[in-house]
Amino acid sequence: MPKWSMVIDLDKCVACQACSVACRIENNTPVVPPEEAELGRAMRWNDVFPMPINPTEETGEYPKVKTQYMTRPCMHCENPPCIKVCPVGATFINEEGIVEQNYARCIGCRFCTVGCPYGVRYFNWYKPEWEAPLAEHLNPDRVEGNGVLEGPAERPLGVVEKCTYCIHRLHKARAQAEAEGRDFRADEYVPACVQTCTGKARFFGDLDDPNSTVTQLAMSSRSFRLLEDLGTHPKTIYLREG
Amino acid sequence: MLRVSPELKQKLIDPLFTPLDRNFKLSAGVLLALIGWGAVMYIRQVFLGLGVTGMGRPVYWSLYIVDFVFFIGISHAGTLISAILRVTGAEWRRPITRVAEAITTFALIVGSLQILIDMGRIDRLPFTFIFGRLQSPIMWDIISVTLYLLGSVTYLYLPLMPDLAIIRDNLPPGVPEWRRKLYEILSLGWRGTREQWVRLEKAIATMAVIIIPIAVSVHSIISWILATTLQPGWHSTIFGPYFVIGAIFSGIGALFIAMTVIRKLLGLEKYIAEKQYRNLGFIFITMNAVWFYFTFAENLGIATGQQTYEMPILATKLWGEFAPSFWLMVACMAVAFWILVVPQLLPKPKPAMKPIPIFSRRFATATAGAMTLFAALLVVSNFVSVPVAAISGEPIASTILWTLLIVNAILFLLSVSQWLKAHPVSATVIASVFVVVGMWLERWNIIIPTVTHPMLVRYAAYTPTLTEISIAVASFAGFTFMFLVFFKLFPAISIWELVEGQVLEEAQAKVTIAHPEISGD
Repeated sequence: MPKWSMVIDLDKCVACQACSVACRIENNTPVVPPEEAELGRAMRWNDVFPMPINPTEETGEYPKVKTQYMTRPCMHCENPPCIKVCPVGATFINEEGIVEQNYARCIGCRFCTVGCPYGVRYFNWYKPEWEAPLAEHLNPDRVEGNGVLEGPAERPLGVVEKCTYCIHRLHKARAQAEAEGRDFRADEYVPACVQTCTGKARFFGDLDDPNSTVTQLAMSSRSFRLLEDLGTHPKTIYLREG
Repeated sequence: MLRVSPELKQKLIDPLFTPLDRNFKLSAGVLLALIGWGAVMYIRQVFLGLGVTGMGRPVYWSLYIVDFVFFIGISHAGTLISAILRVTGAEWRRPITRVAEAITTFALIVGSLQILIDMGRIDRLPFTFIFGRLQSPIMWDIISVTLYLLGSVTYLYLPLMPDLAIIRDNLPPGVPEWRRKLYEILSLGWRGTREQWVRLEKAIATMAVIIIPIAVSVHSIISWILATTLQPGWHSTIFGPYFVIGAIFSGIGALFIAMTVIRKLLGLEKYIAEKQYRNLGFIFITMNAVWFYFTFAENLGIATGQQTYEMPILATKLWGEFAPSFWLMVACMAVAFWILVVPQLLPKPKPAMKPIPIFSRRFATATAGAMTLFAALLVVSNFVSVPVAAISGEPIASTILWTLLIVNAILFLLSVSQWLKAHPVSATVIASVFVVVGMWLERWNIIIPTVTHPMLVRYAAYTPTLTEISIAVASFAGFTFMFLVFFKLFPAISIWELVEGQVLEEAQAKVTIAHPEISGD
């Protein structure tokens, strides 16, 4: 059973935000007007932001400043704080290590959004809407796994959603392999953000395979995880700059 | 046929059957209008989505959760009075048990509603039963609050039964048929036989023992909803006991206010006497002191640890954007402590003594005036740009202004202390208002600074919208409305408990204890 993982090399990241755009188009995250975004209601399953995002002593003062950009999908923790608090099991970690959200089960209590230390979970404050040209170009994929809607199809009002490592692409790749009558290979599946990455800073693969790129990179001395001291064991792994 | 003394009948039963007067109709009308408006706003929220609130990312929880914690906190009044004081045999509790139990039940109803209002998908509420995960603190909460609500309704109802039977047997003529039926059905055929009394006492005693751990668990679990997350400022082991103490503290405050209003409106000064205020006041003072201790302990670790993600939250409370609500909370509690304690320390004024000038009305007016002036100057210097602001906005000037304000506040409190000593009931109610406001602010100061200062998301600000404020106002109105209706239908004091207390007292008075022999006469 593969254990999916993403490695992001911050040395190669140019903070172009192509990953965020690809994610939006791939996963049909709704668009919100600027005043809604001001309230923090913009849905960015994959976000790019300066690090540290809030002023601390480490950021320094002009002209002695340190600038660093962070790009952040879901961490897909091995010990996820979000699934522990869900009262109805609407969020869960599947056998391949992907933290999923069951939109048909979520009751909208937002305990997981409060519980997630990374802030990767988003809530549907209003019914999702797209402006005319966007509405015509939504990703039509609609994938159901284990009887649960997993694909990028429109999410209902009042539920939580999050990065799924583009799990519908995994289902499609598997279905393709099956149709062609051969075994599925781990390198047949990458999320949209990895595929689009301008600087080729993102790598995706199976952490259980000792020869995969992600396993090799995860062993690098540059590798680290976000908020590592919390003990959440993210499977989204970073490579330090410089 | 159960009998009741004419005095108790006149004081407690007859008012239930007087026609509704203008004040009652007016207040019921206003409260119903507020509730109706809140309901409209809520229905709008259900259809449009939680976007109509001021919430966003990272402010995923806000005013509804603040009110939830506050109301459930208030509900601890009943348990303290009717369970803890019953188990410890405090006889003076008798006249206020009914009010306390009513607070518990109504606060629980309004409190649990907050959680439902906060849910994004109220239509999926049954999922908590169908798919409930016992590992989630929200499930613990659902279980303990439901148990507590059921327990409290039982605890409100059990001691009501004999009273209902008394009313049933002493109905004034011309009572509408539905009310006669109501008391007849609800009294469950109570006849006051020995067997029935034994069973009732047994049931109440059992419930008292059961409900204490449930009450403690309820507010511990509410605190654990916060404390089991990794969020800075919440991930703390002190939250359980801190919330329970705060709950009992605010519960007593609410009880003092409610029982004073009822005592005043129904003229029950003879039953709810100074003894109740004095004894409950001592518990109140203790809770106040323990509250200060816990608040200090909660923040000390954060202050000395100065961790990257925790310290900004404390900083925002001490001198940042939450400083007004934090220091107002501290001031409320300190003033309440003063009002409850300092007058007790003053010597009794002797008639021969000359009046001390500091206790005069003139001095109080002067210091109050000075306080207003300095406060106004501080407000002007901070928020308005006029020439005077240039001077009073200077650091030294503002320090002097703050010092003068605090000194005058202390002098004012000192000057009214003798009046407070002479009016213990008014003093307690004033302190209670400060405590209830302070405890609401405490809930705000615990929840909002943490949700607005998360770890990897840009700091946010939170302002409640009209929807949230309307629903909050409607919740308080609903809480009050339930009292209004309840005490128009049921007696405000548990009649049989009161009589039982009187009988016990009389029996005790008859017992004479021989004087000890004095040796070596």
